[in-house]
Amino acid sequence: MNGLSAARNWLLRNLFSDAWSSLTTLLLGAGLCYWLPGLIDWLLLKAVFRPDAAACAAVDHAGACWGVVAEKYRLILFGRYPPVEQWRALAATVLLLSAIFAGGLRLLGRAGLLVFWALALPAFFLLMGGGLLGLAPVGADQWGGFPLTLLLATTGMLLALPLAVLVALARQASAPPLLRALCLLYVELVRGVPLISVLFLASFLLPIILPQGTSIDVLVRVLAGIVLFAAAYLSETVRGGLQAVPAGQHDAAAALGLSRWQALRWIVLPQALRAVIPSIMNSAISIFKDTSLVTVVSLYELTGSLSLALSGDAQWRSFYFEGYLFIGLIYWLGCHSLSRVGSSLERRLAVGSR
Amino acid sequence: MSGRRLRSLGLQVLLAAGLGLLLWQLVGITAANMHERGIQSGFGFLREPAGFAIGESLLPFDSADSTWWALMAGLVNTLRVALPAIVISTVLGTAIGLGRLSPNLLLRGLCKGYVETLRNVPLLLQLLAWYFVVTDLLPAASAALKIAPHLFLSKSGLSLPWFGGEGGAWFDLPVQGAMAVTGGAVLTPEYIALLFGLSLYTASYVAETVRAGIQAVPRGQRDAALALGMSRVQGFRLVLLPQALRSIIPPLTNQHLSLTKNSSLAVAIGYPDLVSIADTTLNQTGRAAECIALIMAVYLVISLFTAGTSAWLERRTGHWAQRS
Repeated sequence: MNGLSAARNWLLRNLFSDAWSSLTTLLLGAGLCYWLPGLIDWLLLKAVFRPDAAACAAVDHAGACWGVVAEKYRLILFGRYPPVEQWRALAATVLLLSAIFAGGLRLLGRAGLLVFWALALPAFFLLMGGGLLGLAPVGADQWGGFPLTLLLATTGMLLALPLAVLVALARQASAPPLLRALCLLYVELVRGVPLISVLFLASFLLPIILPQGTSIDVLVRVLAGIVLFAAAYLSETVRGGLQAVPAGQHDAAAALGLSRWQALRWIVLPQALRAVIPSIMNSAISIFKDTSLVTVVSLYELTGSLSLALSGDAQWRSFYFEGYLFIGLIYWLGCHSLSRVGSSLERRLAVGSR
Repeated sequence: MSGRRLRSLGLQVLLAAGLGLLLWQLVGITAANMHERGIQSGFGFLREPAGFAIGESLLPFDSADSTWWALMAGLVNTLRVALPAIVISTVLGTAIGLGRLSPNLLLRGLCKGYVETLRNVPLLLQLLAWYFVVTDLLPAASAALKIAPHLFLSKSGLSLPWFGGEGGAWFDLPVQGAMAVTGGAVLTPEYIALLFGLSLYTASYVAETVRAGIQAVPRGQRDAALALGMSRVQGFRLVLLPQALRSIIPPLTNQHLSLTKNSSLAVAIGYPDLVSIADTTLNQTGRAAECIALIMAVYLVISLFTAGTSAWLERRTGHWAQRS
């Protein structure tokens, strides 16, 4: 078969298989021909890339004003972090990102990964916070932009997963009934309310119920809210994984003389967690997206720092939409790579389950 | 009593005691803190006048009405945006989910592009962008976009024909005036942004649910339907769909519930939903605990109600599946 008839077959099969398919192709093709040139014009050909407010105003939305990103990218990416010190925020971000991908893509062995994470997390806080090794201190109230988004998502996930495993175990039939009831109450309560109300709780109510004199940073309070929220959803996922482990596995572990904890650690949990990797990755993606909500309780992560950058600036504020597209792209890249990492993790770990 | 049961009992007694102690401490500390900061407690503020105006409300409301009534107006506003958004997202999501299973590559690709784009960008960002598009990029009301006869879109919102009107007419039709569009019903920019944002975002999740549900039906079922002489449409309606619905309905109900909870993001664009009004009340009265408890209680009731309906529906669809 030559190339031409192969192409013809491909077209027939994929675009013109029957009358309906042909009609769909023609309609959609016409729509694309009509809209696409205008879109490309707006995105690229008529767009202004220089940070030149006058040029952007002259184009008057006939083309995108990417100049707003060129002008404000530091404020959008790092929020109120002191400009002179922003290399630290950048370094911290790169470090944490590489830790995440080293883990997700299995670039290091288990021991290497543990060491890397054990170094990367403290290094992140050291770089961001300073106060040691000659780094000027930067208060957590000045942290913002992408590093803050990444911090909330990563630590949120790292803390929520162990909590979720504990809650899921406490809901097993073998757990004490009172504990089981309490965990059920927690999970159903949290899953029934919006994240925003949990964030309100963390930001308004926590200061009132803690003893006088103990003031917790708003960042920590919000992080606690995110962890409690995410753990409730994750615990349902983990519980599903625990149920997927055949009862014979417990029996076999007991027959081998393993204690209940040994069986849990070496036999049950590895299989349970492996079975639900896709759901866990979906939760990670949700947490990453949900961090955008903390802007409602006045933390300037990526979404918040965009309004910080634009809302007060009369010259640039009419180009918010381009700003939204820019940070939208960052979120999209983050979510998309997380889901890719998830499927690669799933494939690699599946090798072990025979 | 066996050793293990004794240990479990002991553990529970300890747990109960610890929890009681913790609660007692918390209540004590909270009371002391509130006393010190002069915060009063109790739900008495609900009967006092709200003292703030609400941007839009189906219920008649002005600032002299009670806070309780303001929160009711907020709840009605929540339902007013959530229910239509549930319908739109389900219809659109089903269409896109079916589109992803189409033999046509172009349609399949576009539907996949839609799902991949909207699912991977935070809803809050999408809402803010929609709101900006409506309030800043659309023309002013003096030169409104005419989408269809008597359907005008501008910075001031969407004007559409509505029942009633002057002189006993059936419909009140909006017309373009010199300064603004007059007549008809107006949907505010906040409402439009929230309705569209929620619907389009949730549709991407519904699409995935529908696709997964249909793909979960074994391929042989379709072939068997065709072999029995059914047309493709008949096979889909009588064989595939009833089986797919069983696995679609539970996650679909979850999507609807998420949508309702996500409508609380209204607070970010100033649509007066329940959370937004409770937030205003919180800031005015300082009753944080009460306001947050109210929000949570209402959403819990909505969740329980939906879970109940879902269980009922599941029984119904299970019933169909057994009959067919």
